[in-house]
Amino acid sequence: MAFVITLLVLMTAAALWTVMGRSLLKATIGLAVVSAFITILMFKLDSPLAAVFELSVCAGLITVIFVSTISLTRPLTHQDIIRLSKDRKKRYWLLPVIMALAGAALYLVRVSPDLPAYTSFPMKNVRDILWGLRQLDLFGQIIIIIAGAIGVVILFEERIKDEW
Amino acid sequence: MSGENLQLFSVIGFFVLMMSLAGLYCLVVTRSLIRAIIGLELLIKAVTLLIIAVGYVTGRTGLTQSLVITVIVIEVVVMAMAGGLTLRIYKHNGSLDVRLLKRLKG
Repeated sequence: MAFVITLLVLMTAAALWTVMGRSLLKATIGLAVVSAFITILMFKLDSPLAAVFELSVCAGLITVIFVSTISLTRPLTHQDIIRLSKDRKKRYWLLPVIMALAGAALYLVRVSPDLPAYTSFPMKNVRDILWGLRQLDLFGQIIIIIAGAIGVVILFEERIKDEW
Repeated sequence: MSGENLQLFSVIGFFVLMMSLAGLYCLVVTRSLIRAIIGLELLIKAVTLLIIAVGYVTGRTGLTQSLVITVIVIEVVVMAMAGGLTLRIYKHNGSLDVRLLKRLKG
């Protein structure tokens, strides 16, 4: 339990750093760190397959997408950075305060969730569920991936540039 | 649900809410399009963790893992599309400021 709480605290700190940090590249790295902590939590919570997906796809592929997007845009000038950092401080200082207040409120209210436990029908095997119960969903996922690939190809098509 | 599981779920739920709050705040306050996508990503991550926690405490890790895999697949597609759109908007406006999106017609 102490280990899980430590991981959760580190994960929230990384999320806060991601949001409040000035550099976009550092924010992307912070996001990958959040993913890494979630991966360890998933392993601890008996979900290894989802953890592997989270690490390879979220911490890996999505970070690459973000870094590529950032690298293809123009970096800010020194004057812009100074101007924006002053502006950012004004807008973002409220976040830690809101989080602290919300945390204190949640601690005081002490909501006790009561989830039903389906112990009589345990569904532990991911393969059986994916290929048995959710077979149709897999085709949906394949269609979504194809749609995403086609969408990205259309977005990067140079011919469309003139029409926009 | 046993007492220990309930306690674990409460703790995870607390931090999930904190992370959702950070993501939501980022989404509302930011003026950079990339940072808005990062906020959205944080929200998705919080939901993912919550699904896994629910699976653990109810003893249905298989079902929740399959759901999380679906979430991750859709997340990647959304991020790829968002990245492509961001670059298009950058080429069009020369900036990633979301306020400039008001110029778009249609």
